[in-house]
Amino acid sequence: MTEAIDAEGLIKRFGKVTALDGLDLTVRTGEVHGFLGPNGAGKTTTIRILLGLMRHDGGRARLLGGDPWAEATKLHRRLAYVPGDVTLWPSLTGGEVIDLLGRLRGGLDPKRRAELLERFELDPRKNGRTYSKGNRQKVALIAALASDVELLILDEPTSGLDPLMEEVFREVILQEKRRGDRTVLLSSHILAEVEALCDRLTIIRDGRAVETGTLADLRHLTRTTIQAELAGPPDGLATLAGVHDLRTENGRVHFDVDTDALEPALRTLVQVGVRSLVSQPPSLEELFLRQYQRVGSDR
Amino acid sequence: MTGTGKLIRLILRRDRFLLPLWVLVIGLLPSAYISSFEGLFPTDPERLQYAQVSADNAGFVALYGLLHGDSFAVLTNWRSGFVPVMIGLFALLTVVRHTRTDEEAGRTELIGATVVGRQAQLAAALLTTAVAGLVLGLVTFAVMAGPSGSVSGSLAFGAEFAASAWIFAAVAAITTQLTSSARTARSIAIVALGAAYALRVGGDISALGDGNLSWLSWVSPLGWVTHIFPYGAVNWWPVVLAVLFSAAATGVAVVLLGRRDLGAGLLAARLGRATAAPSLRSPLALAWRLHRGLMIGWTVGLALLGLIFGGVGGSVVDLAKDNKSLTDIFARLGGSTQLVDSYFAGTAGMVGLIAACYAVQATLRLRDEEQTGHAEAILATAASRYAWAGSHLLFSLIGPALALFAEGLVAGLVYPGGDLADILAGTMLQLPAVWVLAAVAVLLFGLLPRWSLVAWAAPAICLLVLLVGETLQLDQRLLDVSPFTHVPRLPGGEVTMTPLVTLTLLAMLLTAAGLGGLRRRNIPD
Repeated sequence: MTEAIDAEGLIKRFGKVTALDGLDLTVRTGEVHGFLGPNGAGKTTTIRILLGLMRHDGGRARLLGGDPWAEATKLHRRLAYVPGDVTLWPSLTGGEVIDLLGRLRGGLDPKRRAELLERFELDPRKNGRTYSKGNRQKVALIAALASDVELLILDEPTSGLDPLMEEVFREVILQEKRRGDRTVLLSSHILAEVEALCDRLTIIRDGRAVETGTLADLRHLTRTTIQAELAGPPDGLATLAGVHDLRTENGRVHFDVDTDALEPALRTLVQVGVRSLVSQPPSLEELFLRQYQRVGSDR
Repeated sequence: MTGTGKLIRLILRRDRFLLPLWVLVIGLLPSAYISSFEGLFPTDPERLQYAQVSADNAGFVALYGLLHGDSFAVLTNWRSGFVPVMIGLFALLTVVRHTRTDEEAGRTELIGATVVGRQAQLAAALLTTAVAGLVLGLVTFAVMAGPSGSVSGSLAFGAEFAASAWIFAAVAAITTQLTSSARTARSIAIVALGAAYALRVGGDISALGDGNLSWLSWVSPLGWVTHIFPYGAVNWWPVVLAVLFSAAATGVAVVLLGRRDLGAGLLAARLGRATAAPSLRSPLALAWRLHRGLMIGWTVGLALLGLIFGGVGGSVVDLAKDNKSLTDIFARLGGSTQLVDSYFAGTAGMVGLIAACYAVQATLRLRDEEQTGHAEAILATAASRYAWAGSHLLFSLIGPALALFAEGLVAGLVYPGGDLADILAGTMLQLPAVWVLAAVAVLLFGLLPRWSLVAWAAPAICLLVLLVGETLQLDQRLLDVSPFTHVPRLPGGEVTMTPLVTLTLLAMLLTAAGLGGLRRRNIPD
């Protein structure tokens, strides 16, 4: 089995609202997979379907080779989940919650537990209601990371952590990655985190996967920004497929070009005659912003 | 205090159905009583006899308070003697809901960051509840002034209701400052209400007998408001006392509020265990941790009630011995033991209803767990939905059984001349009816989770049937709606298995349907 999570054409409706509209998601065993999308895109709904908490209305979902709805209890022994909004029982201490959740999953490594408590600087003796959001998240993270499981499903696990703790989280996940026997599905908004940790990623928007692949694949999808001083007018450039936002200021042309169209665009420039040229390499940030922004502008 | 007006508008918007509903229904209740009395006792002798018997009946005095007088207006006011408890409950729930519940959920922080004064939230909740109480009192005044023929008496009657709301709104204002949890704040306030009721009962019962302990009524705010006697002597000074008490309690709450941080309580949190006990390893172990406080609280509470009811039982017999007319009446019915029997059978029904409230509360913990996200965390582990729900339901099954057992046992033990086995059995027989009400909650939780809180309508309807059913001479089919109507009455009655088996089967059926729905639905929904 090479795929820890395999979802195809997932559909989920809440009354008239369609939360997932044919979502595809494939997470290979052993990889850290980034799961990105604007708020309300359907990340948490997807995760809840994968956990058997909600039933999908259409499509197909496999989790660790099983049916996430029918075999939920059996499959849950092999995974750990950190919800996006962690709430703890007010009358239980953080340490008790860590132990309880670990035992309910089928076991906890006490050495790892102690190590994580120290690295995340968490006092496990406090009552649930006295922890801040970040500390509640640490409790759920430690319970998940100290469990002996194959798959970690983390829903925006660092959204309440301070930058120092975010760094600790990154180190811990990289450590997990080096062990090589764990798969991680990481939903996140933080680009640097995704770039540092993920092998592959999926971007979703309006309940559908809009991009998926390795970081290199996605970089390929981004555009290069070019400014050039030319010998003559940029004839033919405007009609070239893959050239965007072309404009001329003080005899300099500015445009963005898709990676695929880079070569024909440069050839056109050379034909006109190039006096100077500045090119900016594609950035993931620009890709994300473009994908995120389309939510509003497309519809 | 800046922004209080805006917050009041927010409360009125959020409670636009609930608040007018309880204000009107309770405010109008006395008019239902007076018209039913007029129908029941068309002649003077009938009415006078009813008043005479009721005035000396310890069970009635326990439930409604002391009766001084025999006019329709006096009888109506006396029959409304339990209503201040209901008003107090609504008032304290409203205050907690709009203060600590919001604060715990983080909504206060959201509002506190805008141009709103520090005390504005408490002020808004208190003002709204106080005005609601006042309107309720005015409604009662308006509907009673005509039929009773006494404007000043009706004014006092309205003041009785309004004061009940003020007192317990102020009590809730204090309890919400004590802990950081809304549930604990609510529980402490309800315990205070229960204690006030118990003291009132103790004092009034004593006043029937030797009067040694009649001062107990004056320790209880519920004693104050039921000692106004609007259509008799008209005591105005309990109203003054109630206003002073409310003002003082509000002052204390404001001082406490000034001394604590947002989100915190005055009772400081202590450090606990760093690791879980080895036994904390299953959904059942977790459910025990979450339910044990509730179970102990209700069991102790009902045991105390047993102490009161059992103790009262003694005075029922004493009264029957001393009171010529009462002895005559019950002799005609079949002897003095039947008086005691019917008293204990009657209290068993009331205790059953109280236990049903516990059962519904325990069952709705499931919905609580779902809404807070706790269920999601548990169900993402190897725990199945049935194991999770079943471990909670075990406590709505055995918790009320334990609480009923405690009440029956204590009542039977403290009543000297009674048959312990019969009294205990009479209480335990309520259990199948209690389970039916819990099962209604399971059904809603499983099939219509967003309507789970409607489960509280079931005990409310049963209470209504118990309180007004016989007075209003409702149709038997309406009375039959309450499962408690079908429970065999013991001591004194005959125990038949059919209703008990039917009720138990019904409870099982509803629970199974609810769990079936839970298996199929989204969590959270």
